[in-house]
Amino acid sequence: MPRRIALRRSAAPKTRDRRIRATTTRREARREAAAAAGRCSSSGLPRSGSSTPMESSPTHSSSSSSSLSPPPSPPDRQGRLTTTQLEQLRVEQEVFGIYRLFHGVAPHTRSFMIELWRDKHIEFLTRGLKQLGPSYHVLDANRPWLCYWIIHSITLMGESVNSELEGNVVQFLSHCEDRNGGYGGGPGQMPHLATTYAAVNTLITLGSEMSLSSIHRENMLKFLLQMKDSSGAFRMHNGGEIDVRACYTAISVASILNVLDDELVKNLGNYILSCQTYEGGIAGEPGSEAHGGYTFCGLATMILINEADKLDLPSLVDWVASRQGVECGFQGRVNKLVDGCYSFWQGGVLALAQRLLPIVHKQLESSFISGVQASAECKKSCNFTAEETGQDDNLCRDGTSHPENEGELSDFGFSYIGRHTECDPLFHSIALQQYILLCSQVLEGGFRDKPGKQRDFYHSCYCLSGLSVSQYSWSKEDGGPPLTSSVLGPYTNLLEPVHPLYNVVVDKYYKSHEFFSTL
Amino acid sequence: MPSSDDEADRIPLSARPEWSDVRPVPQDDGPNPVAPIAYRDEFRETMDYFRAVYLADERSRRAIDLTTEVIGMNPGNYTVWHFRRVVLESLNADLLDERDFLDRMTMRNAKNYQIWHHRRWLAEKLGPEVANKELEFTKNILALDAKNYHAWSHRQWVLQSLGGWENELDYCCMLLEDDIFNNSAWNQRYFVITRSPLLGGLLAMRDSEVGYTTEAILANPQNESPWRYLRGLYKGDTSQLISDNRVSELCLKVLKTGNSYQFALSLLLDLLCYGFQPSEELRAVVEALRNSEQEDTVSSNLAATVCLILEITDPMRLNYWVWRRNNLPSQVC
Ligand SMILES: [Zn+2]
Repeated sequence: MPRRIALRRSAAPKTRDRRIRATTTRREARREAAAAAGRCSSSGLPRSGSSTPMESSPTHSSSSSSSLSPPPSPPDRQGRLTTTQLEQLRVEQEVFGIYRLFHGVAPHTRSFMIELWRDKHIEFLTRGLKQLGPSYHVLDANRPWLCYWIIHSITLMGESVNSELEGNVVQFLSHCEDRNGGYGGGPGQMPHLATTYAAVNTLITLGSEMSLSSIHRENMLKFLLQMKDSSGAFRMHNGGEIDVRACYTAISVASILNVLDDELVKNLGNYILSCQTYEGGIAGEPGSEAHGGYTFCGLATMILINEADKLDLPSLVDWVASRQGVECGFQGRVNKLVDGCYSFWQGGVLALAQRLLPIVHKQLESSFISGVQASAECKKSCNFTAEETGQDDNLCRDGTSHPENEGELSDFGFSYIGRHTECDPLFHSIALQQYILLCSQVLEGGFRDKPGKQRDFYHSCYCLSGLSVSQYSWSKEDGGPPLTSSVLGPYTNLLEPVHPLYNVVVDKYYKSHEFFSTL
Repeated sequence: MPSSDDEADRIPLSARPEWSDVRPVPQDDGPNPVAPIAYRDEFRETMDYFRAVYLADERSRRAIDLTTEVIGMNPGNYTVWHFRRVVLESLNADLLDERDFLDRMTMRNAKNYQIWHHRRWLAEKLGPEVANKELEFTKNILALDAKNYHAWSHRQWVLQSLGGWENELDYCCMLLEDDIFNNSAWNQRYFVITRSPLLGGLLAMRDSEVGYTTEAILANPQNESPWRYLRGLYKGDTSQLISDNRVSELCLKVLKTGNSYQFALSLLLDLLCYGFQPSEELRAVVEALRNSEQEDTVSSNLAATVCLILEITDPMRLNYWVWRRNNLPSQVC
């Protein structure tokens, strides 16, 4: 049966025309960029004398370039470099090589390099939807994920799949849906929380009534309740592992489908809290190491169940803010290497935290140990008042005054993005865009973890999601159009905004919210 | 994935007499699948036979052997692993054989959720007498990648569920001696000193741990791991954190060197936000750093000064330090 994979332009008025191009110049620029990329990736070994990466950053052209040098990474006591230091140095050399190159090439090549190569990405993504090679059999239990990674990426770029393809996706995912609720990794596989999350987010991203109504919500709730463990956490599948990822995917699905209830939430906040580590971030399970992916899952879960104020937010924010490194991208854990996918996991945490800053401030305020040693003189000069430090019962629990419908658990995801923020992003959003565009973006289309790695759909999805989060990070209202100064490269690089709690495009989220709240 | 030799020699299931009674069940992808995978024949065939056995709920030796083949091709198929556990339990199979199989699988796929989950199930069944074997195994995996998240999780589960704490602190010391930047080893160290039943808990360990951590920081003040660990030693006890002179003196010592002092400033800022009263010497050292950055803004508030220095010396986090400066607790001086 012949299948035609085609794309149609989004009908949204904000669709931007990006067809006006001087193609010959672009071809030359592409050639030069390719040659340049080949030059710098050929050096696998550290080179000497490259210690000023950020001075070439577009964000830091003016001030104190010398202080932007990477940490000198001196040898440890024995005078040798450890494995961590050697690997870090190798990546720094590679990344700084790219940044130096970027500032050395001709202006038209530079503007080409910093552009989002939409056509190439769309080509790579749509080819994946159409057919995957035999080596993808290792992802045979992740097929709803492949759908989500690809379709979310396409939608972020303002495109959508045509109605025939949309129908095929809905039909295919219904083959992955279990008779008793939830979606498996492929037809006939057991339902699994992660693939359920991927399937639901895909269907919401497609957004048609056929797509949204294909989800069996009552069965879904039954499945989610079956996955609920007595500890309050969730397990991935019948007999499967319990961790923070499982908690997030369960709660995200329940919230977005408007089936979140008290039984699902019971004791969950305490479980997530037990996973926050001494470092400040959140681990996969109690005792493990703080990790970007789990920190996103844990914080998003806590916001969705309105218990974020239980976490130690000042230390969480401090830990995440510290994860953006000299390479301009984020690392997943302390002393690990930069990786493009953490652009979303860590950048997303800071985007979420941006609207929680009143609570963070309140926690900072209340952790001050007053009276213990403070001198009388100091107290006098500080001139504080009771309202500023005390717990005021008239305030909402987070200290802001946004409206909330008490008792409607599924509404916290909705009211969250309605919140206004007065605060700037807590990360360097332009630097992050630079890492994504120059280091993760692949000339042939798609995105990768870091230079030297292969592109894949997972990294394409989370690099683009992170790019969107950083482009909109200066917007005070959610989804408001950013200033040109917030978007690195041409303004046509601008992506659609995402709802950071679910990681679906905001327009699609609103549409689904309307659909599921009236059921 | 390139075919290995044993795959090349593989006899198709359809040609094996012991499978002649089974009718393979093809995958129901629907008429218009998306993101379809161009399965190799052997993969497709093995999955077709697996589906037949799984749907028939056939709990047999050959069913286990079949799951071995499927897992060898795709260790991420959690349904196959789950069914394998069901059959192993039904048949009362030899779980030491299972462990040998799993050891081989893990060496090839050390970052796979299903393999480690299966291992936890297996170790739980085998009980406390395999604790040391499991610790030895994770040690071997960590020797290849000292930050493997799954291996560390498993190791922690073994310690808590099966025991074997005796040498764990020594193991952490060894790893940290090898790579003091290994944050996973620091995390494990924290796990041990807070949870080992043999060490008396965080309070009993704090004194000696502060000494160990201080030494690590002074040797490599640019290493974030021990700085976070040091804060962790006072978790839930900020009054001790601000009154223990060793902490503020460590900050002072690092600040005085004039190098790699970003984490010292960050810790000092936290101390001040908790109500710490700085000495005149500490004040003077911080003021001197600000002067060296040629800032004219005058602030009587030391915490604000610390933020101002960080805004200049740590520009990646400029917005964060500005936010901290604007959100100092109202009593901070
Ligand atoms: Zn990654």
